[in-house]
This record gives sequence, C-alpha cells and structure tokens, in this order.
Amino acid sequence: MSARTPIKVSPARAGWLLVQRDLRLGLRRPGEWLQPLLFFLVVTTLFPLATDPQMSRLRDIAPGALWVAALLSSLLALELLFREDGQDGSLEQLAVLGLPLSWLLLAKTCVHWLLTGLPLVLVAPLVATALGAPYAAIPGVMAALLLGSVALSLIGAVGAGLTLGLRRGGVLLALLVLPLAVPVLIFGARATALAIAIEPMAAPMYLLGAIAVLSATLAPLAAAAAVRISLE
Amino acid sequence: MNWVWFHRLGSPPHFFRIAGRMIPWFAWLAAITGIAGLIGGLGLAPPDYQQGEGYRIIFVHVPAAVLSTTAYAVMASAAAVGLIWRMNVAHAVAASSAAVGAWFTFVALATGSLWGRPMWGTYWEWDPRLVSELVLLFLYLGYMGLRSAIDDTARADRASAVLALVGVINLPIIHYSVDWWNSLHQGHTLLKFGKASMPPSMLVPLLLMMLAFTLYFGAILLVRARGEILRRERNARWIGEAIGAGS
Repeated sequence: MSARTPIKVSPARAGWLLVQRDLRLGLRRPGEWLQPLLFFLVVTTLFPLATDPQMSRLRDIAPGALWVAALLSSLLALELLFREDGQDGSLEQLAVLGLPLSWLLLAKTCVHWLLTGLPLVLVAPLVATALGAPYAAIPGVMAALLLGSVALSLIGAVGAGLTLGLRRGGVLLALLVLPLAVPVLIFGARATALAIAIEPMAAPMYLLGAIAVLSATLAPLAAAAAVRISLE
Repeated sequence: MNWVWFHRLGSPPHFFRIAGRMIPWFAWLAAITGIAGLIGGLGLAPPDYQQGEGYRIIFVHVPAAVLSTTAYAVMASAAAVGLIWRMNVAHAVAASSAAVGAWFTFVALATGSLWGRPMWGTYWEWDPRLVSELVLLFLYLGYMGLRSAIDDTARADRASAVLALVGVINLPIIHYSVDWWNSLHQGHTLLKFGKASMPPSMLVPLLLMMLAFTLYFGAILLVRARGEILRRERNARWIGEAIGAGS
C-alpha cells in the first residue's frame, strides 16, 4: 500500500506508548497482579506460624522471611510478563517493529515491576512491623526491597524469555532464575538485617544498587536474545 | 592469522574424525598420569601431621572442584562460539560439557562433604565455598533442564547458550557475594590449603591428579561430543562412511 507511509516512531516514544498500553492492560485485570502480592503476604504470615512467634525470635528471621517471600512472589509473577503477549502475537509484532527489542522489553519489564514489584515495597512496612522490625528500620527495609525487586524483575525477564511458550515452563523458570537471583537474595537480606538492627547498611546497599544497574544494562539484551530465539 | 583450521572444525565430519583421533591420546595420558598421581598420593605421600590419612581425599576433591568450573568455562565458551558463528559443532560440545561438569561439581561436593565429617565435624557447612559450588550445580541443572524442555534442537542450542552466558556473568558475582556474606557468619575457616605450604611429596601427586582429571575431561568431552554429533547428523550421508557401515 503506497498510500500509507510507514509511521516513524522514535524509540523513546515507542517505549512510552508501550508503558502506557501495558499499564492500562494490567490495571484492567487487577486479579493478575494482586495475586503475587497476596502470595507475599500469605507466605510471610506462614513464617511466624511455623516458627516461634516471639518478637525477638521473629526479628532474627524477618530478613530471611521477607526476602524469600519476595523472591518467590516475583517468580510467581514472572509468568505474567510475556505469556499474554506471546500467545496473542503482540510480542512478535514488537520483535519485527524495527526498534531495539531490548529497549521495548525494558519498558515492558518496568511496567511489570510497577505492578508486581512496587506493591511488595509498599506493603513491606506492614510485613516488617508484624515480624518485629522497629519503626526506625522501615525506610531501610523499603529501600533494600526497592533495589532488590528491580533487579529480580530484570533478571527474571531473561528466564521468562527463555521459557516462553514451553509446556513445562513454570518449574523450569524457577530452576533457571533462582540460582541467578542468589546474589540479590544475599545482599538484600543482609541489608535488611542491618536495617532491622539499626546499623549502617551502606555496603550491601551499594552492592544491591550495582546489581540493579548491571541487570538493567545487560538483562534486557539477554532477554531480547532469549525472546527472539523463543519466537523463531 | 589463518582461521581455516577454526572453520574446518565447524564441519561435523572433520570434527568427528579429529576428535576420534584425539580421544586415545587424552585417555591414555589420563590413565598414566592418574595412576602415577594415585600411587604418589595414596602410597608415597606422607600422612598429614594434623589430619592423618584423611586428607588424601584432596587428590580427588581438588581436581574435581577445579574441573567443575573449567567445564563451565568450556561450556560457556563453546556456547558463545555456537551463538556467534552459528556453529553446530560448538553447540554439541557445549551440550556434552554440561553433564560432565555437573558430575564434577557433584563429586567435589560429595568428597568435600565426606572429608568435612571427620575434619570439621559436619557433613555440610554454609561456607561460601560450598554454597558457590552448590549454586554452580544448580546452574548446570538449569542448563540441562532448559535443554531437555525444548524439543527443537536448534532452539534448545541457542536458548541454553544464552543461559550459559548469563550464568558466566553471574559466576564472579556469586563468588564475591558469598565471600562478602561470610563476614557475617564465622565459619570453619581454620583449615585452608595454602599452595606454598604444601610439601612437594603432596603437591606433585596433586598436580598429577589435576592433569589426569583435565585429560580425562578432554577425553570424555570428545566422546560425548562425537555421540552428540552422530545424533544430530543421523540423516547425513557422511555418517555411513565415517563409521564404516555398509549401506
């Protein structure tokens, strides 16, 4: 069709449009992104029930409980990242758009984090207090979870891209992503433990930030390669 | 620089032939150095003044641990070559390396655990070294799991290659993170093998065993790669000529 000229869209504009589209689609289906949040709340509730519910004891396991629950919740949420778009062909359209796929996937991952990572950060004060963390520790706990959940979403995007369209995707996704998420877990739990003990937490926070920046730089490239392979 | 040899290695019949010719060399040298190392390590080396005879497990443990990371490096390099030059043979090598590497990792963990019982008083300690080795095992298992979950060989090759390369970036992070993590908990770090602190009667058998393990890895890798190539090229005509079967 010669009458229609191809629409020229800059990558920044395309990314912004994609963010708007994904946000709108996500907000219309609150059930999907509320589930990982509920999962996070339920799992953190299980820890006091399964162990000694004394506040002093809970305070010791709080960082671990918080981070294991956050990691599992982000893993559960990863299936939402590409599944819908992979099934209805939107992802293929993105891949042939002529724009850097890694950039578009970064936009998609950002929305995914807004819907599944940020809610965890927002309910973290509640959960941390319930697990015996002092009020002064709340900003530190939230900051650590903020950086960590960003890194988890980005790392998870690679795994989600690799397992896109596989029948046994769910368990395999856990097997692929969890070893890669070990550093995030270690530094995140360490920073949270220091925050709860009201001690300086700069060192693990720097490393957590470095992991977040590194995964923001490299993970979209790997995710784009993975998605292209999965779409072949 | 002439790259013809490299491109020729990418041809399955050529690689199959070369590998077949190299396997006996690797295997025999591995057997000779292995026997020499075992005699030196189990027979000639004196018992340790602190650990008695129990330390002798290092003649298996240390080479296995070294090879567990070497095999990952081989796997990831081959995966990169396969991804960049779309070289089918390189993917076959990467696929063959994974299971061997996972096995070396398991052997390193198992022997370390057996040694830990009398020496540390526990089979397992949440020590950085142990944890990073365990994560390495999980990386191998994830790689093999992804490979077996995808039916199409070409897609499995490329997807698992991406995973192997992502894992490489993660290896130093895992290493340093667990090092750093250790500053929190005081582990059993009393026992450490300093290289210079080891007498030659122990060091020479250890080095021989490391050489033997490396050669063994080379031999078994080539055998497995040949098998993998046979499986992939099962419909090609050169197979019949190569294995000398009548049509």
